[in-house]
Amino acid sequence: MNAILAAVEQTSGEHGMATAFATASYVIAAALFVLSLKWLSAPSTARRGNLAGEIGMTLAILGALVQHDIISYRWIITGFVVGAAAGAPMAIWMRMTAVPQRTALSHAFGALAAALVGTAHYYLYDLHNAPPTSVVMGFLCLEVLLGGLTFTGSLMAFGKLQEILPTRPIVFKNQNVFNLSILGAAIISAVLLTIHPQWSWLFPILLVLAVTFGVLLIIPIGGADMPTVIALLNSYAGLSASMMGFVLNSKLLIIAGALDGASGFILSVIMCRAMNRSFTNVLFGAFGQVQTSAAGAGEKKAVKSAQADEVAQILGAAQNVIVIPGYGMAVAQAQHKVRELYDQLTKRGVNVKFAIHPVAGRMPGHMNVLLAEAEIPYDRLVEMDDINGEFPQCDVALVIGANDVVNPAARHDKSSPIYGMPILNADKAKTVVAIKRSMNPGFAGIDNELYTLDRTLMLFGDAKAVISATARELAGSNGH
Amino acid sequence: MPDLSSDIYVFLLAAFLGLEVIKRVSPLLHTPLMSLTNSISAISVIAAIELAGTQRSTLSTVLGTLAVAAAFTNIVGGFMITDRMLKMFKKREVRP
Repeated sequence: MNAILAAVEQTSGEHGMATAFATASYVIAAALFVLSLKWLSAPSTARRGNLAGEIGMTLAILGALVQHDIISYRWIITGFVVGAAAGAPMAIWMRMTAVPQRTALSHAFGALAAALVGTAHYYLYDLHNAPPTSVVMGFLCLEVLLGGLTFTGSLMAFGKLQEILPTRPIVFKNQNVFNLSILGAAIISAVLLTIHPQWSWLFPILLVLAVTFGVLLIIPIGGADMPTVIALLNSYAGLSASMMGFVLNSKLLIIAGALDGASGFILSVIMCRAMNRSFTNVLFGAFGQVQTSAAGAGEKKAVKSAQADEVAQILGAAQNVIVIPGYGMAVAQAQHKVRELYDQLTKRGVNVKFAIHPVAGRMPGHMNVLLAEAEIPYDRLVEMDDINGEFPQCDVALVIGANDVVNPAARHDKSSPIYGMPILNADKAKTVVAIKRSMNPGFAGIDNELYTLDRTLMLFGDAKAVISATARELAGSNGH
Repeated sequence: MPDLSSDIYVFLLAAFLGLEVIKRVSPLLHTPLMSLTNSISAISVIAAIELAGTQRSTLSTVLGTLAVAAAFTNIVGGFMITDRMLKMFKKREVRP
């Protein structure tokens, strides 16, 4: 409040009013952003949270628009039109299964904006007579470094998620050494620029190094690690906006960027913990390369396969069923068929729950959004730690396109790349039914011993087709 | 010279507040959380607006306009998709 009053007091007339309005709108926007995240904590208040964010953003934009030193609105409006034309159709028509790609793309846009703004600010300085101070320059360098690497990194993540680029990690000799020297060179350029802000020849080099490192960072990362990487890029994009706030001395930018940075950081920590891996391991471990030999050497155990009608019988006779969805469900777009199966089973009095592993899918919360889209009540979606104790009492664990998150090797096989990762205890269920396209190993390229257990039945085929067939069988035997 | 120390205080307080608030967000909503925070960090649009509107140099106008477009894509798309997702989370059966 003091800031607002001060702004009103020290100025007068039209310009003064505009400045006071801008200041007030920024203060309110910052408060609304915090409230918006607070309300997002529970599904019942979450939409109010989104609304608070929208109002805060609208106020802040209005505040920016009334500033008196704006001489023309032509290019601002052009930017708005282009942005709305690009953003709205994506939000309206995009399939929910494509949410990870869209998120990666939006991180790219956010980071691009920060890098462009930082670049523009640097070249606006009269570098010979009045270069920026080292403090400002330090933040500006961080802004374009984070912005640049997040821009290309997120574009690469988008390419991998959209499967324009190969989803397996791409590795080459001395990759980590090479990547880290690019990062090192970028940091050295940033430090030199901070000490000598007038060395303008170095600025383009910093930009090139930043965007190059962004590409290199994502090349060795496999699809299964995308949830962590997306969260990390989210954090970087936020920090980049925060750094911009330091350059411009804008508290609103600092706060909004810090909130985004904190959110991305928490999510990536949760993802890492859910895989029992460190940031370093995710970023530099090239997890998910095709495992040559190692596992293939062992004897091949036989698997028992079943047809949809048998599975329908087993499910229909069960009391408790736990469904474990994975990325395969998203790929097959099977969530609506899962809902049909859920309806049929619920009608028969079967208690159906869904077990959600934090890293199932390609981004944090991916499975929850897909199942919510299929109108499965969210109180049926249970987190890993809360449901793991229920598997021994569960008659059927139905695994739909999940693999590594149910691999018992994570518990006991010290040689397995996923050793130590917390898993869903599907193998403790009385019967396991696993829906899978074929016996090919999952993303991490590891054999899954769950499939060769005596009480496991494999239901081979496209998840959407076989779940639909199972639901039909159940409906048929129900007297419809 | 910007007021560095107060900026750092603001950053630290906002980061701690963010960590505390976001820790409470249900894992159910982690996807909408990410799209909402991403829209919020598109607040950099206010700096881009200033660049595109004050037209201090050709370069700053061009980069500013591009930045307005990029940030506004996130604002429009981000809030819309977040709302679309949040609308889907229902506690009880809605079908008859």
